[in-house]
Amino acid sequence: MKVKVKFFAALRECVGSSEITREIGEGSTVGELWEALQRDYPKLTPVNMALLYAVNRDYVNTGHVLQDEDEVVFVPPVSGG
Amino acid sequence: MFRVTEKSLDLHELIVFVSSPMAGAIATFLGTARNHNSGRRVISLEYEAYPEMAERELARVGEEARRRWDVERIAIVHRIGPVQISEVSVAIAVSAAHRHEAFEACRFAIEELKKTVPIWKKEVFEDGEIWIGTQSERPLNPATEPKNG
Repeated sequence: MKVKVKFFAALRECVGSSEITREIGEGSTVGELWEALQRDYPKLTPVNMALLYAVNRDYVNTGHVLQDEDEVVFVPPVSGG
Repeated sequence: MFRVTEKSLDLHELIVFVSSPMAGAIATFLGTARNHNSGRRVISLEYEAYPEMAERELARVGEEARRRWDVERIAIVHRIGPVQISEVSVAIAVSAAHRHEAFEACRFAIEELKKTVPIWKKEVFEDGEIWIGTQSERPLNPATEPKNG
């Protein structure tokens, strides 16, 4: 199955892309997707910030199981205001 | 009214939106672009949002404020894209029957926005730039994160 991953701010600059589609195994979690992306994009490996995880525009925890066609965002520390 | 926009912000528009015959007070807050941070001169700011989720989260902040205080109407609008020094980056207006609720809910809205709404600020210096917040050092792997900080 496939998920759409959007990158913003510091992570967008790390990856060099604002949106990708990634093939993942059935039952993959958000945390497992992050680990897979760190292998795809070595620049993500040293990323040392407290990420939040959003699936289909709602915050979820790292163990959230992904579904086909989900929109996933790894949210760097927010700094609006 | 819960929006992110690339246009410059107009507080008057928010005030008109929250005006109500039931209200005895309107509290407003403007966040403006400061020319310095931690001793460094800031040339300009740049905001980026996850727009669809940011507007949902702004609405959630508004709902939570409404749940806590007896307020009439709430408007929160955040600017994205480049913001020059002294320009307004965020505008909030809250109407309520009484000033206490209006002040409290307005303050809650800006404090909560800064914690949860997916918007990011980049500060541009003379000799570089930085995404604010990303310099914090915490382990990424949740298994190794300290319990409750």
